Amino acid sequence: MKKTSLLLLLFSFISLSAKAELSINITRGIDNPTKIAIAPLSFYGNQPPEDASKIIEDDLKRSGLFDPIPRKNMLSFPGTIKDIYFRDWKILGAEYLVVASLKLSGDFYQITYSLLEVHSSRLVFTKIAKGSKGQLRDLSHHISDEVYQAITGIEGAFSTKVAYVTSLKSNKKILYKLMVSDVDGARERLILESSHPIMSPSWSPDAKELVYVSFETGRPAVFRQHLANANRKQITDFRGLNGAPSWSPDGKKLALVLSKDGNPEIYTFDLRKQKFIRHTNHFAIDTEPNWAPDSKSLVFTSDRGGSPQIYRLTLKNGEVQRLTFRGTYNARPRLAANGRTLVMVHRSAHQFHIATQDLVNGDLRILTNTSLDESPTVSPNSAMLLYATKINNRGVLAAVSLDAGVKFLLPSKQGDVREPAWSPK
Amino acid sequence: MNKIYKYSFVTIVLSVFLVGCSMTKTNSIATMANDNITTGSIKNNLIQGSTLKTDSKVPRVFYFEFDKVMLSSEARSALRLHAQSLRSNPAKIRLLGHADERGSREYNMALGENRGNVVRDFLVQEGVSNSLIEVVSYGEEKAASSGSNEDSWAMNRRVELK
Repeated sequence: MKKTSLLLLLFSFISLSAKAELSINITRGIDNPTKIAIAPLSFYGNQPPEDASKIIEDDLKRSGLFDPIPRKNMLSFPGTIKDIYFRDWKILGAEYLVVASLKLSGDFYQITYSLLEVHSSRLVFTKIAKGSKGQLRDLSHHISDEVYQAITGIEGAFSTKVAYVTSLKSNKKILYKLMVSDVDGARERLILESSHPIMSPSWSPDAKELVYVSFETGRPAVFRQHLANANRKQITDFRGLNGAPSWSPDGKKLALVLSKDGNPEIYTFDLRKQKFIRHTNHFAIDTEPNWAPDSKSLVFTSDRGGSPQIYRLTLKNGEVQRLTFRGTYNARPRLAANGRTLVMVHRSAHQFHIATQDLVNGDLRILTNTSLDESPTVSPNSAMLLYATKINNRGVLAAVSLDAGVKFLLPSKQGDVREPAWSPK
Repeated sequence: MNKIYKYSFVTIVLSVFLVGCSMTKTNSIATMANDNITTGSIKNNLIQGSTLKTDSKVPRVFYFEFDKVMLSSEARSALRLHAQSLRSNPAKIRLLGHADERGSREYNMALGENRGNVVRDFLVQEGVSNSLIEVVSYGEEKAASSGSNEDSWAMNRRVELK
């Protein structure tokens, strides 16, 4: 009897600690993910503070394109290519093998890693990555990027970050936080904390700054903040809406919405000249501008046709063209870096889902099946998107691949989490 | 049995070949950039509350139908009393517009503002000076009720007079 309760206690401890860790629940994967083995990183001397091979394994698994072979099934743990017995990996059905060894020289880590094709016993590459002692995670994500790109031909996005907003209620007061973490949810860091709402974070193209909306002055205002030194500057202080900031990919302008002239209109703000230019003039709601990759046009939401739909605005001539025609609610557009895929919030049967529309052939595809999905943000390689949804009455972040093949929830944080913004490369 | 031996012989030969290979192929060295992050801090410079003198029993929160900005008859009669008091005792007021959580956040900011504007227009029509009124939308950012159901949503589609 005593034994059982101890065991139970032990189990609950395990599940508790597991909760705080990264949880990848892939609800659906592609049919034939590539089998890859990431041999545990070999090292001399002290055990490194993080399990780099596990980080790489998780990265590749999360992409949905890979099915990593569990470490416990491995027959040998080669650290360099001369230690490899291909037979050990062929038996396991591995198509690819990654081996890596770590060397500490002074305050620097150096990882030498190799990617091999198992069936042909072919070396794809051997590379070296260096970083300071605190950068083992960065090194691991970098290796994931290199491996992913070599096998799929698509640039990896594992070294990117995500900004998001959390809110936590305590003693009847709500605390709002702007956070940044690695895109796998690890290394969460506080950017700004406020007792007033924070919303709509958007990255600068060099990923060194964020623009966002803060209500700290008693009304919504747009701020920019440098991540390294926390320098922040208020950009707008107009009556009415000051919102939906979006940094142009060329870095020169912000697109935003202001209602100072009576109703919400799309503006751009030239960061060098410090000048606002109004681009829309309609009595309807115009909001949520987002840049095309060439910085020459914007997509935005407008209800000028009687329901919210997505439009494209060409900046040079002010021409506005409607892009969405299916459904009575299409909003919060984001253009993927491929310039072809439009991502948005789409209402279908009273539920709000994330959908994509192919701007060339017009195909609309609903990617999610929960009912309060919002704020989609696309990875810089146009392979995945993050969005916010509600599960058990709590705001959480989730991911889905643009082909809808892979879905997973991000690790749960305290309170409600929302408005993810995927950083550029 | 024989076959397996042969097989391992081939792999050994190949891995020897690979070692030779790595010497020439190790030419890509990447060095990680540092990413320092510092937390920002907020200076407190809040707007003062209003000095509206209407009887405290008169409602100061007005509710709206889903996706609508029409004022209910209860809201209109309450707002007439507020207008009366503001005409005789002018005071700066703020109208805080809100939306329920459904749909996108910035679009809901615009909806909240539309609702605030409808209340403002009604007060102005009732003789209150436009310069006394500021409309501020909070969209879905400050829910009065946190549930994801019809009852909570109805509580959240509102304009608060402050």
